[in-house]
Amino acid sequence: MYNAKTVITGIIIFIVLCTAPFWVGLTGKNYKSTGIVLPKDEKNCVENVKFMRAEHMRLLNEWRDEALRKENRTYIASDGKKWSISLQNTCLNCHSDYKEFCEKCHVANSVYPYCWTCHIIPGESK
Amino acid sequence: MFLSLLLVLLIGAVAWAGSAVGFASLFGVALPYLALAVFIVGMVCRMAYWAKSPVPFCIPTTGGQEQSLDFIKQAKFDCPNTRIGVFVRMFLEIFLFRSLFRNTQADLVGNNGTGTVYYSSKWLWCFALVFHYCFLLVFLRHFRFFTEPVPFWTTCLETLDGVMQIGAPRFFMTGGILLAALLFLLGRRVFNEQLRYISLVNDYFPLWLLVGIVCTGVCLRYFDKAEIAMVKIFIMGITHFSPVSPDGITPLFFAHVTLVSALLLYFPFSKLAHMGGIFFSPTRNMANNSRRVRHINPWNPPKQYFTYAEYEDTYRDVMAEVGLPLEKEPDRAAE
Repeated sequence: MYNAKTVITGIIIFIVLCTAPFWVGLTGKNYKSTGIVLPKDEKNCVENVKFMRAEHMRLLNEWRDEALRKENRTYIASDGKKWSISLQNTCLNCHSDYKEFCEKCHVANSVYPYCWTCHIIPGESK
Repeated sequence: MFLSLLLVLLIGAVAWAGSAVGFASLFGVALPYLALAVFIVGMVCRMAYWAKSPVPFCIPTTGGQEQSLDFIKQAKFDCPNTRIGVFVRMFLEIFLFRSLFRNTQADLVGNNGTGTVYYSSKWLWCFALVFHYCFLLVFLRHFRFFTEPVPFWTTCLETLDGVMQIGAPRFFMTGGILLAALLFLLGRRVFNEQLRYISLVNDYFPLWLLVGIVCTGVCLRYFDKAEIAMVKIFIMGITHFSPVSPDGITPLFFAHVTLVSALLLYFPFSKLAHMGGIFFSPTRNMANNSRRVRHINPWNPPKQYFTYAEYEDTYRDVMAEVGLPLEKEPDRAAE
């Protein structure tokens, strides 16, 4: 092998970089469950669980547009039930524990939505 | 072109259908492990093979004035004669694609098309650079699935990437730019006649594969959304070597993973190996100092020399007998 020193150094760097997802992961904690705490007194959200898990951000985005840009404060869910479009009064009414609900998935997955640039995080003064 | 498109669609469809009917662990756990192993071992073998190949001649590409007399200005990075110069040249090559920057396009001019004119052509350089850097950023962004807690730099990258705050989930610009750059690189092969003529399956396949990876990734984020928390739990299971059940994750996720695995499997055996190959290019990594330093061909066989001094030592007496001129006379040679 020619230039063996340089080549072997290069190969070691290559292997270290390629296995980064593994050893970087192993240096931290494991992530086995979200540890999310659901509201106790309410069983049904605006839409079904599957939809809410995957599409809640889209729903919130549409709600913002409806409320602020179209001045429509009523949302009719797929089961026909009417909801008042409001993060503060509808969503946070049940999901009042920010630390045990929103943050559980968001922080772990590095999701930092810009809800709280206008709204007040529940349980915090500002 | 259509063959490779079909191949990519087939891989994606098989993975999608397979994981939908219950083979998700196969596509989500076994295949990525295998693909990563093949990728690393394949690339190391490939690099070892290159490192073992002798370079018979000193053949750096001379992109400018070589080192000469003091009053002639040398192109230090395009025709380096020192190790530092070579290092700078390699650095610019790897990080800024300097060779592509010099890309030209030839055209015929004159009455009968008798003259040739060369235009500077920067499109390939521009989109190749954009593609590679976006791909790197997208890869680094994926570290939010590999780490707990998510490192600070990943969050920074995401903030920058989604700085336009379009929609929810926030639109990441690198994803869109990556797709645009790939479509340019593909379109270049399709719409340029000369290029289409020399393009083969192994040119189209990696492009379609990357398009497939980007499209499935974009879909997972914006359209057929994967449950991100479940995905992270699943991926952390893989990186901690204790895979968890893949139930509840959309089949599209496994199509994405399978396409990435296909890329890793294909990588060491294809032109994509230029990732390592660039470091082994003699036209780039050698100093242009052939007039100062003798480059000895490593595969030269050992030579059997018989110098004149040895010749005379062997035949001195016979040569003296017939009266041939000698460098040393017989009686003096004995001294």
